[in-house]
Amino acid sequence: MRYSGLKVIKEALTGHKGWRPTWRDPEPKKSYDVVIIGGGGHGLATAYYLAKNHNITNVAVIEKGWIGGGNVGRNTTIIRSNYLLDGNEPFYELSLKLWEGLEQDFNYNAMVSQRGILNLVHTDAQRDAARRRGNAMILNGSDAELLDTDGVRAMYPFLNFNDARFPIKGGLLHRRGGTVRHDAVAWGYARGADLRGVDIIQNCEVTGFRIENGKCLGVETSKGFIGANKVASCVAGSSSRVMERAGMRLPIESHVLQAFVSEGLKPVLDGVITFGAGHFYCSQSDKGGLVFGGDLDMYNSYAQRGNLPVVEDVMEGGMALIPALGRVRMLRSWGGIMDMSMDGSPFIDKTHIDGLYFNGGWCYGGFKATPASGWCYAHLLATDTPHKVATAYRLDRFRKGLMIDEKGQGAQPNLH
Amino acid sequence: MIINHPILGPRDSQEFTYLGDASLIDRPDWQADNAADQFHDYLYLRDNPAGEHRELWFHEQGDRSWLVVTRNTVTHEILNVELARDVARARGRSK
Repeated sequence: MRYSGLKVIKEALTGHKGWRPTWRDPEPKKSYDVVIIGGGGHGLATAYYLAKNHNITNVAVIEKGWIGGGNVGRNTTIIRSNYLLDGNEPFYELSLKLWEGLEQDFNYNAMVSQRGILNLVHTDAQRDAARRRGNAMILNGSDAELLDTDGVRAMYPFLNFNDARFPIKGGLLHRRGGTVRHDAVAWGYARGADLRGVDIIQNCEVTGFRIENGKCLGVETSKGFIGANKVASCVAGSSSRVMERAGMRLPIESHVLQAFVSEGLKPVLDGVITFGAGHFYCSQSDKGGLVFGGDLDMYNSYAQRGNLPVVEDVMEGGMALIPALGRVRMLRSWGGIMDMSMDGSPFIDKTHIDGLYFNGGWCYGGFKATPASGWCYAHLLATDTPHKVATAYRLDRFRKGLMIDEKGQGAQPNLH
Repeated sequence: MIINHPILGPRDSQEFTYLGDASLIDRPDWQADNAADQFHDYLYLRDNPAGEHRELWFHEQGDRSWLVVTRNTVTHEILNVELARDVARARGRSK
């Protein structure tokens, strides 16, 4: 489906009867060069960049549900490049640069809005850590500014600056961070891949892998066997369930993370803020709802819903930071399932099975990583070598002691 | 979630902290020839099932006992609660 201003006018005058689906709904072919399991943001981005950057178009994306129905539609839409460690920050900086050019690139309005992210600090130690992280970001080509209390007050005067326990001492401002319309990212990548010949096959579950003599020959699905030279798993949240069918155990636990939206309000919050002393972060959507979230429910879960203790904890965090929230009514909440990895960082790697590739372990950071994840996964699939900003995302890094542990928590997935 | 503590009865899950898969009870033999491989798998790899999951919970705000809770990770239903001590002893551990 292609769009134009002329088409919009014509359809407006003729009852909107000429719109067609944004992508085709094909039956699977017998075999493909690459079969991507998972039609989420990362899978679709991978297909898009395989076709666009590497001219590999004999590709299928196989999705158990429907496009936009998984984590790409269940996140809080934030994009940022504010990591500390060398294994991570160049990757996320590439991702943010791709976000900056994404709408022009795939010619679709994803409402990329670089409204700035402010990480608040409440103690001297946090300020030191923020300064160090800001320097690491700048060294890797990102942007960071350390604000003092007055600097924060000038931006957000309604915050609770004089809380007896957690006074706001300043914040690390990342101006290029922001938000994106998440559904449009899935639709834009799906449309772009489809236009280049990629088959997007929805309502098709992968039930197993056909592996002979250490080589993956294709996937068994609810629509029959589909052969492939290369099979690329891209199902964060369900990675363990899918890779178990190839006999693999992963350094991953699945956890549920909740998010919330308030009723629509007049513009009050023009950026993203994160509370440094509790589990709360918040932005305001273009529809006016405050979009916020907090921490994991902490226990293994595949239920796309959480429990009330975390709801209460997030609301308390919100009230501690923005007392004016007390009159706001919460509209809805939901949960998404995260691949929580053992060091809090993701994987983009070959497996020990020839022709089988793995992308997952995105923890809470999957959405912002979407473009770079697709870019680097496509590079790996096309060239069999890791992209230079994703060389650290290996499955064997725990065996070799090469963890990328931003928070220094060790092998305790729910603490990352 | 309500955890039915074997000694204290039904308790709110907020009184507990969560560690993870109960296989962490089965610490490998550090003198085995392949101890490094065994510890890698023990520390870093998980079954991570969708469905019944045996897991370790610590009653931090209560009697500070460790429990093995069998819980369905798809529905959050708690199916069984045992003292981790009893589970460990049944597997031949001294404590």
